[in-house]
Formats: sequence, structure tokens, C-alpha cells
Amino acid sequence: MSLLEKKVSELHDLLHKKEINVTDLVDASFDRISQVEGKVQAFLSLNEEHARRMAKELDDVLAGYPGERILAGLPIALKDNISTKGIRTTSGSKILDNFNPIYDATVANRLYEAGAITIGKLNMDEFAMGSSNENSGFHVTKNPWNTDYVPGGSSGGSAASVAASEVLFSLGSDTGGSIRQPAAYCGVVGLKPTYGLVSRFGLIAFASSLDQIGPITRTVEDNAYLLQAIAGHDAMDSTSANVEIPDYLSSLTGDIKGLRIAVPKEYLAEGVDPEVKEKVMEALKVLEGQGATWEEVSLPHSKYALATYYLLSSSEASANLSRFDGVRYGVRSDNAENLLELYKNSRSEGFGDEVKRRIMLGTFALSSGYYDAYYKKAQKVRTLIKNDFEQVFNDFDVIIGPTTPTTAFKIGEKTDDPLTMYANDILTIPVNLAGVPAISVPCGFSNGLPVGLQIIGKHFDESTIYRVASVFEQATEHHKAKPQL
Amino acid sequence: MSNFETIIGLEVHVELKTNSKIFCGCSTDFGAPPNSQTCPICLGHPGVLPVLNKQAVEFSMRAAMALNCEINREQYFDRKNYFYPDNPKAYQISQLDKPIGEHGWVEIEVNGEKKKIGITRLHLEEDAGKLTHAADGSSLVDLNRQGTPLMEIVSEPDIRTAEEAYAYLEKLKAIIQYTVVSDCKMEEGSLRCDANISIRPVGQKEFGTKTELKNLNSFAFVQKGIEYEEKRQEEEILNGGEILQETRRFDEKSNKTILMRVKEGSDDYRYFPDPDLVQLSVSEEWIERVRAEIPELPDARKQRYVSEFGLPAYDAGVLTASIKMADFFEKGVQEKADPKMLSNWLMGEVSAYLNNASREIDETPLTPGNLAKMIKLIEDGTISSKIAKKVFKEMIENGGDPGTIVKEKGLVQISDEGAIREFVVAVLDRNPQSIEDFKNGKDKAIGFLVGQVMKETKGKANPPLVNKLIAEELKNR
Amino acid sequence: MSQISKDEVKHVANLARLSLSEEEVDVFTEQLDAIIGFAEQLNELDTENIEPTTHVLELRNVLREDQARESVPREEALKNAPDERDGQFKVPKTF
Repeated sequence: MSLLEKKVSELHDLLHKKEINVTDLVDASFDRISQVEGKVQAFLSLNEEHARRMAKELDDVLAGYPGERILAGLPIALKDNISTKGIRTTSGSKILDNFNPIYDATVANRLYEAGAITIGKLNMDEFAMGSSNENSGFHVTKNPWNTDYVPGGSSGGSAASVAASEVLFSLGSDTGGSIRQPAAYCGVVGLKPTYGLVSRFGLIAFASSLDQIGPITRTVEDNAYLLQAIAGHDAMDSTSANVEIPDYLSSLTGDIKGLRIAVPKEYLAEGVDPEVKEKVMEALKVLEGQGATWEEVSLPHSKYALATYYLLSSSEASANLSRFDGVRYGVRSDNAENLLELYKNSRSEGFGDEVKRRIMLGTFALSSGYYDAYYKKAQKVRTLIKNDFEQVFNDFDVIIGPTTPTTAFKIGEKTDDPLTMYANDILTIPVNLAGVPAISVPCGFSNGLPVGLQIIGKHFDESTIYRVASVFEQATEHHKAKPQL
Repeated sequence: MSNFETIIGLEVHVELKTNSKIFCGCSTDFGAPPNSQTCPICLGHPGVLPVLNKQAVEFSMRAAMALNCEINREQYFDRKNYFYPDNPKAYQISQLDKPIGEHGWVEIEVNGEKKKIGITRLHLEEDAGKLTHAADGSSLVDLNRQGTPLMEIVSEPDIRTAEEAYAYLEKLKAIIQYTVVSDCKMEEGSLRCDANISIRPVGQKEFGTKTELKNLNSFAFVQKGIEYEEKRQEEEILNGGEILQETRRFDEKSNKTILMRVKEGSDDYRYFPDPDLVQLSVSEEWIERVRAEIPELPDARKQRYVSEFGLPAYDAGVLTASIKMADFFEKGVQEKADPKMLSNWLMGEVSAYLNNASREIDETPLTPGNLAKMIKLIEDGTISSKIAKKVFKEMIENGGDPGTIVKEKGLVQISDEGAIREFVVAVLDRNPQSIEDFKNGKDKAIGFLVGQVMKETKGKANPPLVNKLIAEELKNR
Repeated sequence: MSQISKDEVKHVANLARLSLSEEEVDVFTEQLDAIIGFAEQLNELDTENIEPTTHVLELRNVLREDQARESVPREEALKNAPDERDGQFKVPKTF
């Protein structure tokens, strides 16, 4: 078994016992990348020189001894919307093709302090707008389970690189499902934390009130280790919550007796593939077998989530993406006689169609005469959606349903119609609107492609999510399947 | 002559004197090399987030209270979207619906008439960077100023004349300077002013179309710009023309306003609440704590100078118009200067010198202690008022203790009767004609004789003594 | 009924500083019309007495002390500049 198919705790032990050193791990990562990256195309930039130097330093200075730092020496890769000082960061956009950040995101700093080694930066839909990676300004990442299929998005590179064992784990970001959906499509574990749990400082903003960075891993336990390293208050982020961070690992008790599960009928309604539904029902049986109970509930405003999300996220994005103007950084158009042309040509040449579409939608929703009808209306409906979750969580510990209505689709299948593409996210979007945490864990296959089970928790109750997800994982074999590349 | 009345509203921007910028830790010092006081946050780099400076909030609350505004108990910040190279995020973080304060007023006095000018709102926002235009037509962007905390103070359209506008600005500046939240230096851009001007026939209720006047670099230019603009609009209307909604700038050389652009409809800034910042809840305790930090304001001080020091109201008003002058006055009084004499000196010689030199009082070496000492030297007869002017000139130009200056320059007043009598006798001996004139009832002759004695003594003779001795000696002739 | 006209699409593109060809205007008008039409379903809901949500967390008064810290070196600030002169970002003439 390849080193990178092991778990965090196993690798930590091997380093601790000096059976391997950090250079072995970094070598394993780059070896694997050179074998499969041609097929998967998960990366936008590799950080090889720096990664090898850091591995050597860790080996020399610490003589391979990782100390208490459980992540020390382990190879990770970051979604390319996370700012890394000195490492090209594009957010999947041509407009940042040449951009070299002058500061590190808070999560990048925390990983550095934890001793994890950044192998490279991962492909994504441009500015995280998309569900398939087809909106990347550079290339399309492939699903490791079937390279004719999309890996999902927008954190497609983050999910595919982990599924393909190019790195041990990765970070993605999730605004409307961008961690969970590709995790589901690629058969890995992806968590969107509670809004405010992980600092957004250094995350290139798509929709500020919805964005969260989260871990993508092969196992639930690894996911908890990675979250532990990045979670916690950050004075650089005004929306970062000042809450006590629990020990997530100790929450993996294996015991879910008496756990109350809510299953929203809207999440198993028409539009959800029957095989996907079947896998979810099987998963519920597994959990029942472990002592949990479940009941059908309603989240009555679910059908309004998609429209609400597109209005709010596009409005925020229209302002967030205005700074890409060709003045201080990024690509500037060569065809600009005056300032107005500089703006218009740089932005029109630099942004792809999906980004332009959402900027225009957001600009429209905020513009004079339409603000109340669209933006403010959506903010009010958001309140209703948030209230739906609060109601259910009065009586239940977790909400469970599929992560996505279907498994991964073929590359090119949905690119013509934005609305059909947007519908991929109907089961993940309400979670972002409510700000609650949710995980996607593998729960089987349909036509050779992975199916994801979504477990949604209360605000800041990642511990319960992990406990349930871990019990399910231990009781099943789904996470042990590996794609053939 | 006019059948029109002018409606004026002023928008004043004031930079707050915090150590660091409003949303990041960069310094706000003026005059650093371009782009040397920047960081990823104020450069608007991808992924950065703002964190609000507490002092900026408290400073603007303090100013709002000093301007009699009600403080909003729930506030938030909005994004104001527009593209310009000095606006790096292409949105300015500002406050639209819930500003720091609303419904304030200041009282002004023009030609002895008191009037309240309403303040619609005072909000907090970030200043933009600086754009300079190079000779080849390109523009250069310096983002040092970007993110300096800025208050925008919007007046009600209560102002009717250019003089009122001037008085409003003077008063506003004085109050803000008293609260110590800003330097209010127009030459460094820490206070900036735009004026909205319209005219309407007397008796008409609706406002006329207004023009916006920008680039007003001094209060005097505000006054001149308004005066020009009201005349221009009147002529335009009388000639059958139409006032367009325009932005105009004041040209200092020609004293005219010049068209910058015609506004087509209103700008669409697409304001919405900034999701990167959280709501501000202002408690009663917080308000009271900030209120307690407000020092005594100009009007209160003026009252006190009248009641405590017996100054005429006009004098007290002049002294308290500038906090620097008022503070100087109070320190001088503490140093035992006679309040009335000190006030006269400050309003007379000191102000004349400062006006001439275009300086502020704290930019000269003159200290309150030294001015107080000089006044005491006058009072005890050591120097005459005339000599005092020489001593003062030395003190305000080069500094120094008045006693030392008087000694070193040999300016001590001669108060010795015997010595002065000698000069008097000599002058009388030389001017028999004047004695004759005096005896014939021409009192003016005494003036001439006093002048001669003062000339002989190089102005050092004690003038009352000279008068007394001449009178005595004349009796003997 | 159409939700957004071509002229509105052009106006919005101008506000967002995007230039669109006539073909792009056609395509975007059609697509935005469909998306906005879809969003009209929100009008089924009575939100008269509902407070809007800007933040899901009830955070208040997040403030920092007024302490200046070091800025980045000028070279860093200008490192990514497409064009610069005399330590400043250079842009072409305004009009």
C-alpha cells in the first residue's frame, strides 16, 4: 500500500518510530503526481522545490521526529483561492494568472505551524463559481473514478487530488456545496464547518457571508485532525467566532445510541436519483443498527434556497470581484487607451462567462430600483431557511440526506444551461444559508461512481457530525474503495 | 437687488487623528513616501478582511455628540460600489442607513444674528488613496491615505448666504478641533468641503436644481465659490436659461466656477451591508463614557470667559474660535497675566503677526508664560507699551524670556525722576517757542514736548512720568 | 414576460465594467432572464414581517485597538503591479 493511502495517525506513528522520514512522504506525493496527474489534472501549481526543502529541514532539524505536532511532515495541497505567500494563487482565473501573493492566509499559517508540507495549489471553478471544475480558467480536472466525468466543484481539484492519493489531504472552500459536492462525486470525506469556525482571512472571497474553508480527507478521523489544526478564532477576521474549540478526536466515541436523526422529505423528493436515495436509505439502516433513530421531517423553505442563494452570493460576489481591475495586480489588458477601457478590457478578457454572468446578476440585484425586490427579499427568505433548521434542531441531533441529487455527470453534459448546473447544489446550499456545519461521507456507488451521504449538525457541533460519520464509516467498507488510475 | 434666495448645503469630510487606519494597522501619518504605508488590506489584495478600529468609532461618536447629533444604537457598514484607481477594492466601506449620528446642529452668528444650522448626518467611512495626474496624461496612484478614517458631515440645506457658509465651517472646525479628533488642516486635506448650491425665487417652496461645487481648498474659496455660483445661476435663469445638475470646481486664479461634468440621473452605487463586518451595538454606557471625554466646547468657553474674566462677548468669541488660541489664553491667565490685557494682545499683535506669517500660534516660539511675563513688565512700568511691541516681535520670531530681552537690548524703561527731569529741562531749554505756545493756550504743544523727550530717551522714558515732569517744569517757566 | 431587457443587461455590464459583444448581450439577456424569472418564485412568500439576515452568527462589536504596526515594504506593495512609476501604480489617462 502506498504511503499516501495510510491514515494521519499511522503516518505520524511511522515518522515517530523513524521507519520513514518526511522526505519519503514528499517523494511519495510527487511520484504519485507524476504517475497520475496527466489523467486527473488536479493541480494548478506545484510547490516542489519549497516542499522538498522543507521536508529536508524537518528531517535534518527534527531528525524526522514529528513531536506533538500530529500533522508535521504530512503532504497537503490547498485550493487555489487560499492565499499563499510566494506561491502563485489564481483562484482558477486567468485574471490572476501571474499573481504572486504577498501574504499567507490564516489557514496556511496554521498548517505551516503544524508542520504540514504544502505540495501545491489545486484547480477549481473560477472564483469558486461552479459545480464541475469546467469553469476553471485553465483546464478541467477529471474524476479519478472515471475520467470522462467531472470531479464536481468548485473544489474539484481538492477532492480529486485526495481521491487519487496525490496528497494525503487537502483544503477546499464551500459557499454553496463546493467541498461536499466534489467530495461526494470523488468518494472522499469533505466537511463544511460552521460559518465562523475557520478564519476566512486569505480566502479569496466569493460570497463573504457564505464562504467557509474546510478539510477534504479520505477518512473521518483524518478530517477531524485537519479541522483541529485550522479551526479557531482569528483576530484578522471580524466574522470569526470566538468559541472554545473542542477536541474533535475525543468526540469519535463510536457510540450513537439514542441519536435522533431528522430526514427532510424535501431532500428525498423528485429530482433525487432513485439509486442515490436507495444508498441513503441503506445508510440510515446502518445507523439504526448502531442505536440511532430517524424520523422524516420538513424543511419547508428548501425549494426557495436555490434562488435565495444565487441572488445573495452573486450580489456579494459582484462587489468582491470588483477589485480585479488591472490596476494593482493581476492581468491588465494590452488594449487600453484610457482608464475605462483598462477596466472593461482587463475584466472582460480576464473573467470567464460564468463569472461574468454572476457579476451581472449580482449587480442587477443590487442596482437602484431592484434592491428591495431581489437582494433584500432574498435576505429575508434566508431568515426563513435559517429558522427551518433551528426548528428541526430543537428536536433532533443531526439532519441526514444525500449530498447531491445524482452522482457525477459527464464532462460537457450540463455546460449549456446555467440553471440545470445550479440544480446540482439544491441539497447543499441550504446549509450555507443557515451557516450550519455539514459533512459528506462516501455511502456506496451507483454505476461505478461514488454517492455521498450528507450529515448536517447544529452550529459549532462538528463533534456530533464526526461521531456519526465515524460510526457509519466503521460500520461500512465504502471508504476503503480506491479508484483505478 | 435680488428676488432669489440661495439654498446651500455643505458636505464636510474630516480625517480622524488615529494612530492606525480604520480597517488595518498601517500608520496614518501624513507625508510618507508613496505607497510606503500600505499592506495587503489597504491595497485591497485578494482575500483580505477589514477589522474596525475602535478609536475611529469613538472619535466619530465624540464629534457627533459635540455637534448635538443623536447616536444610532445599532449601526452597520455598507459597501459603496464604484470603480476608480484611488479606490482599490472598487467599493468604499461607508455607512448609509445607520450612520454614527443624525439630527445634529451647530449655532452660528453672522452680523450679530444667531442661527442654528442643522446637521443631517455624520457617518464614518474609509478615505480613498491619492491620484496625481502626470504630464503625459497618465495617472499615478498612492494608497498611503487609503483607509484613513474619515467622517462625512452633511448639513441640512439651512444655509442661505456665503457668509453663513463661512461661519458654519469656522464653527464646525472649531468644535471638531476642541474634541481633539482631527487636526482639520485643509492644506493637508484632513478637512475637505463640497458645497451644494441652488437658488429659487423668494417665496417658492420647492428647491431649484442644485450644482455641486468641488475643489474648495480654503474657507475663503468656499465663500467666493458660492458667491460666484449664486450670481451665475441667477444670470442663467434671468437670461431664460436652465440650471443643470452639474459638478463644478472653483478655479482659484479666475475666482470662477468651472464645469467638470453634468450628472445624468443619480449615480448607482449599489450600497449593501458589508458582510465582512459585524453590527455595532452602542450601549448607553458606551455613549456616556465617550461623552465624558468631550472637552469644554467653544460656546461654553466663550460664556466662561465672559463671566469669569469679564471679557466682552465679542472678544471671548474671537479667542474661542480656535482651540489653540483659547488654550494659549488660558495658560497665559494661569501664569497670572491680566486677562483683558492678554486678550487684547492675542487679538491684536499676536493675531496680526500670525495672519501675516500664515502660521498657527503653536508654530511660533512664543509661549504663554513669556507673553504673561511681558504683560507684567508693562504693568509694573519696566517697559512701555511701545517698547513691548519690540520685545514681542523678538519673542514671537526668536523666542526667549522678555526680561532677558529687555536687559540685553537695553530696553528698560527710565522711571528715575531725576534722570527724566534732566531730559525735560534740556528739551524745554531748546524749545522756547513751544513754551510760548503753551502759555498761549495751545495744549498741543505738550504733545510735541513729550515726543521730544521720548525721542531723546530712545522711547525708554516712562510716559506718565514725562507728562507729569513737563507739566511741573512748565509751571516754573 | 421578460425580467430583464437587453438595455438593462448593457447598463448592468457597464456598472460592472464589463464589455460585451452584441452576441454576448443576446446570450446573457436570455440566461439572466431565465435566472431572474426563476428567482421570482421568492414572491410566493410573505416576508412582510421577516428581518433580513446579513450574518448567520449574532456577532457584535468586533473591534481592534488603535495600534499602528509595520506596513509592507514598498517593493512588496508594488510587486504585482502591471505598471508603475516613481513608486506608484500607473494607469492610463482617465478619459
